[in-house]
Amino acid sequence: MANRVAIIGIGYTALQPTTPLRSFKELTFEAAQKAYANAGIRFDEIDSFVTCAEDLNEGISIFDEYTPDQLGAVQKPMHTLTQDGLHGIADALMQIRSGIAETVAVEAHSKASNLLTPDWLLDYAVDPIYNRLLGFNAHALAALEMNLFLNETTIKPEHCASVVAKNQANALANPVAAYPLATTPMNVNHSPYFAYPLREAEMAKHADGAVVVILASEAKARQSRAKPVWVMGAGFANDSATVESREWAKAVYAGIAAKQAYRQAAIEDPRQIDLFEVDDTYAYKELQHLIALGLYAEPLEAVRALETGDTQTDGRTPVNVSGGALGMGLALEATGLYRIVELVLQLRGQAGPRQLPGVKIGLAQSWRGVPTTSGAVVILGSE
Amino acid sequence: MARKVAVIGAGMTKFIRRALETPKELAWLAAHAALESAEMKLSQIDCAVLGTAPEAFDGFHMKGEYLSDGCGAWNKPFLRCYVGGGTGVYALAQAWFHVASGLYDTALVVCEEKMSSCQPHPQAAFLTIFDPITEQPLKPNLLWIFALEQTRYMETYGITIEEIARVSVKNKRNALNHPAAQLGAELTVQDVLASEIMAWPVHRLMVSPTSDGAAAVVIAADEIARRMTDKPVWIQGVGWCLDTAYWTNRELAYPEYVEKAAWMAYRMAGIREPRKEINIAEPYDPFAYKELHHLEGLQLAPKGQAPKLLADGVFDRDGDLPTTPSGGLLGVGNPIAAAGMMKLCELFWQLRGEAGGRQVPGKPERGVAQAWGDLMQVGTVVVMGTKEPK
Repeated sequence: MANRVAIIGIGYTALQPTTPLRSFKELTFEAAQKAYANAGIRFDEIDSFVTCAEDLNEGISIFDEYTPDQLGAVQKPMHTLTQDGLHGIADALMQIRSGIAETVAVEAHSKASNLLTPDWLLDYAVDPIYNRLLGFNAHALAALEMNLFLNETTIKPEHCASVVAKNQANALANPVAAYPLATTPMNVNHSPYFAYPLREAEMAKHADGAVVVILASEAKARQSRAKPVWVMGAGFANDSATVESREWAKAVYAGIAAKQAYRQAAIEDPRQIDLFEVDDTYAYKELQHLIALGLYAEPLEAVRALETGDTQTDGRTPVNVSGGALGMGLALEATGLYRIVELVLQLRGQAGPRQLPGVKIGLAQSWRGVPTTSGAVVILGSE
Repeated sequence: MARKVAVIGAGMTKFIRRALETPKELAWLAAHAALESAEMKLSQIDCAVLGTAPEAFDGFHMKGEYLSDGCGAWNKPFLRCYVGGGTGVYALAQAWFHVASGLYDTALVVCEEKMSSCQPHPQAAFLTIFDPITEQPLKPNLLWIFALEQTRYMETYGITIEEIARVSVKNKRNALNHPAAQLGAELTVQDVLASEIMAWPVHRLMVSPTSDGAAAVVIAADEIARRMTDKPVWIQGVGWCLDTAYWTNRELAYPEYVEKAAWMAYRMAGIREPRKEINIAEPYDPFAYKELHHLEGLQLAPKGQAPKLLADGVFDRDGDLPTTPSGGLLGVGNPIAAAGMMKLCELFWQLRGEAGGRQVPGKPERGVAQAWGDLMQVGTVVVMGTKEPK
């Protein structure tokens, strides 16, 4: 890709189930300070800022009002996207490639512990005219989708339970994960259903945290003292917003987003990628997303990979070494940026006890959760 | 480095107080009109960009996701960008870098707002935009804070209420020629000043209405734009700037953030003397004083002098620098993000000579549109023109 763009700094807070002593501004301030120090850059050297946030998650309307101060972005170009942090990375990539900015800071945070009734809030994301009146909780859409996915692929509930055990065990080696747990697929399989066939233990739980990622043009990245991690490709897409007219069993949005990213990164076979950090908001989603990303020629290969340990940390293509959302926690719009944090640490060789040997290319993928079909893919490389 | 980008189609719905269409239908009506205007099919569009303001109006969570297929983003890249009231003009800046970056060749840019779902009046939803700890307990509303800003503006420069009222007279008159307008009217300064005082010095006829509506444009990279139309309108400059959330600590008499956004766009467009090099302006006018305030921020009038230029007829449709020939938010209506996009649509029609009864004389070559929002905090600016950027 011409006009290369790199990540030159990351800053993040530890994910926690609740952060009673700190506001979202304080969490963001910590992440920003760490990111600027990590990149070796002053806040006033940054040209443009992006925040990913959604009004009702914040509890403040027109939330973008409250984004500049804690980032040092006052009187600077700054805007908000009401999408995942990976969309923010794609946005920054486009700004830098268009030449309008040389350095961009992307911020997203979660203060999900402020949401007293998050499931009730989710009701307001359901189509108000045709669907909301039916009075179902949006998570039920995931259960329906999982049912069809299992039916069409002949993947078994046990396999989804293995995903939970794998990711939560991976989180044990991640000091910033909120929900590490040594568990077994059998434990998960004997846990209560949320809505058949989806079990509560297969649903990622919310956590609080903030991430800031600094991106720069190649020229700026070369001046930076930090080792650049290159953005090889970024794609994002929506399938139908209408539940009546979407593909249920396949994550079409992830496939379209991946295609764009692969094209930009000149990746012909996803197996060229060394590690994957994919959305696992619900355990079955990890398998569905890996299939949509084209990692497996047919769905049952995803199961074989799981059974042979291919997606474990010591496997051929490790998936969610960080612990994923099941192990780290779901950080609202920052979820995708925590996937980026893991890739940057791994590609720089700074992932500590969970460092993978010889990784050069990593892929992060996000999904915005029910009832949306919004997904994004970012591919990073160490050279 | 950046590719050249042009607007090649524009469309909008009527702006009305209470639309029967769902938000998604409004978005699609505008998107479809813009595609028709560009003589393109949805399959020729690479990506969609949505601008829409607070979720609280529609009572949606993740409103952008709901609206996505209404914006034509079915199995397509889709982003919803957001800078409060400044969103409508910013959305085109966002879409500009989608195409200028080389990642996409064409984009459909849609702005939609349905305020009527908020009953009885969306003003109540605005309480939730204020700081929950320091401001919300005071139960402020937008009329009050803009009354503060207007007072500060008038006090600092010695501006009279009659001078402000002229903006309502001009814009509502201009709107009479706009087929999508909600509140076109032939008024006098006396009529405006005789209207109810909402919060001194803001009178009812100095305030834009609440509206439902949508507006959209199609943009394309240079080689496609030239192929699709003889009259591409080029995006020459974009700029945006967000100030601190602590509005109570700022000087309100002059919008510095608008100045910074304007110079960002002017530098890109190669404009050194905005007053001489811009033929037509669509400043954001949700309140009558805001048009004047913004013209000063846009460097189109010296500080505190915009009211004098208005009184001299400079800003009339046949004046030296026609401003808000569309009728603006005061006349056409204010479905927040869609209102900003309506201003960009107006520049497109004016610069192509297709504005009908609203056409400004003298074949304008370059126009600027601007929007503003948040807590009197953000400026967004787009410069468009008939000349291809260098």
